[in-house]
Amino acid sequence: MFSRAYRVAITVPPLLWVTVFLLVPYALLFCYSFWSVSPAQTIVHSWTLDNYREFLRVNVYLQTLFRSMWIAARVTTFSLVLGYPLAYYLSFHAGARKDLFYQLVIIPLWVSYLVRAYAWKTILGSDGVLNTLLQYVHLTKHPLEFLLYSPFAVVLTLTHIYTPFAFLPIYASLEHIPRNLVEASHDLGASPLQTFWRVIFPLSIPGVLAGATFAFVLSLGDFLAPLLLGGPSGIMISNIVVSQFGTAYNWPLGAAISLCMLLLVLALLFLSENLEKKWSFR
Amino acid sequence: MSRRDTSRWLPWHAAAVFGFLYLPVVTLIVYSFNGSGVGGFPPRNLTFDWYRMLFADDAIWTSVLNSLLVAFVAMAISLAFGIPAALALDRANFPGKALFRRLVLLPLILPGIITGLSLLMLFREADVKLSLVTIVLGHGTALISVATTEVFAGLQKLDRAQEEASLDLGANYWQTFWRVTIPNLRLSIIGAALLIFTLSMDEIAVSFFLIGRDNTLPLEIWGRLRRGITPEINAISSIIFAFSLVAIVAWYRLRVGAKGKTEIAAAELVEAATENV
Repeated sequence: MFSRAYRVAITVPPLLWVTVFLLVPYALLFCYSFWSVSPAQTIVHSWTLDNYREFLRVNVYLQTLFRSMWIAARVTTFSLVLGYPLAYYLSFHAGARKDLFYQLVIIPLWVSYLVRAYAWKTILGSDGVLNTLLQYVHLTKHPLEFLLYSPFAVVLTLTHIYTPFAFLPIYASLEHIPRNLVEASHDLGASPLQTFWRVIFPLSIPGVLAGATFAFVLSLGDFLAPLLLGGPSGIMISNIVVSQFGTAYNWPLGAAISLCMLLLVLALLFLSENLEKKWSFR
Repeated sequence: MSRRDTSRWLPWHAAAVFGFLYLPVVTLIVYSFNGSGVGGFPPRNLTFDWYRMLFADDAIWTSVLNSLLVAFVAMAISLAFGIPAALALDRANFPGKALFRRLVLLPLILPGIITGLSLLMLFREADVKLSLVTIVLGHGTALISVATTEVFAGLQKLDRAQEEASLDLGANYWQTFWRVTIPNLRLSIIGAALLIFTLSMDEIAVSFFLIGRDNTLPLEIWGRLRRGITPEINAISSIIFAFSLVAIVAWYRLRVGAKGKTEIAAAELVEAATENV
């Protein structure tokens, strides 16, 4: 029913915009990762694998990448542990309060990232709210120093930020489960626990995968929480990238590191998409 | 049914998670009235001084104006390209359509640093000086994903017969678009606009790389965090929270109204993003 002119009119402008402002920039990131910097600090537009060699050669880069993955893995685990039972409770047991609770989960999702990271900083600092509270009730004499400027602080803050992200797709997948399946399982004599593990949980796996992917990918690439709360031991891979674009002034190396991160992220997204299809019952 | 036994701990777990999610926000607001600094338990010396100081702080208000400006223009760009993009994904076939869909949604699920850096390289290669304009272009582009997802979801519920009728009755495509398609998508578009505006006001990862001399509000706050913190930041953060809250509740009401019942709302965004990439 739509004429050719109409289809061209709705297709060409967004296609052009997205090409110029997304496709070309992502392609440039790729190109930059094979370029280099001259001693006079200009970009040399000739192709080399040096940046990737450097990335593999210098221990601190790979170590930081692994540390970031470890932090992201912990964030993902905690987000699922917090998010899954919450989603299950809302979907199956919250009754009339479901609507309100749902809103309560999505509100923090859209509240400024920076505001929340900052709030944790005021809570965890050595004269922060938590430490002074502990001293006030005489649980400790001296402030606990590991609370702030540590991987702990980064994991805690990122878990806070990505728990709603993990919650949402899990909740959506639980809501999609036909309730008569659950009833059938009960009627056929399965205990609630059996019903959960053999009916509900398998059907919610696509949601779990989506939530886990989100939490892992977004926390892996985070650089603001580590800058604000991580201290030297909480540095993540994106912080190294940022420093290459700032003080270290080696854009091509920064591009190569971010490209490695991007490839890792895309591989995970691809894997998760395929696993989700495999576990999908529709 | 004896399911009460196994689910007894669930409400407690839920309460604990809500406590965890809201603890920082509550702390932030309480200490914005605390006379003796950002930490220190118990809070003492209730005061409005930090708010007074905030309202007299020109640098903050300049950055607020910058952020509002950026958010408005970014919203216009995202909608201007996101709505046609959703229409194109719904009703046109063209080479590279699958790639196009993935590309549009990518900024939603990639860490902001990658989009930010890529755009920085584009502006450098094109010799564009960094300023609020580059931030607008960055936000506008990254948030097309939100407009497209929201409007695409709206299109799935749209009855095409209405558009067909309009065309049959002699309206041209342009008239049909403005008088039938857009009014029918009204709720999705307003919802998308609200979300884009809020997200742009709060955005920092992309802006971080594209900033020129003029700060947006989050970057102004960021700069101050690096220099040492006072409850003035709690005060501005509390105000940001209040505004985000209003925007999000309004958006949610719209979505619930549009669907007739509570269902997935924001989950659709997240889901769509993961399913399509």
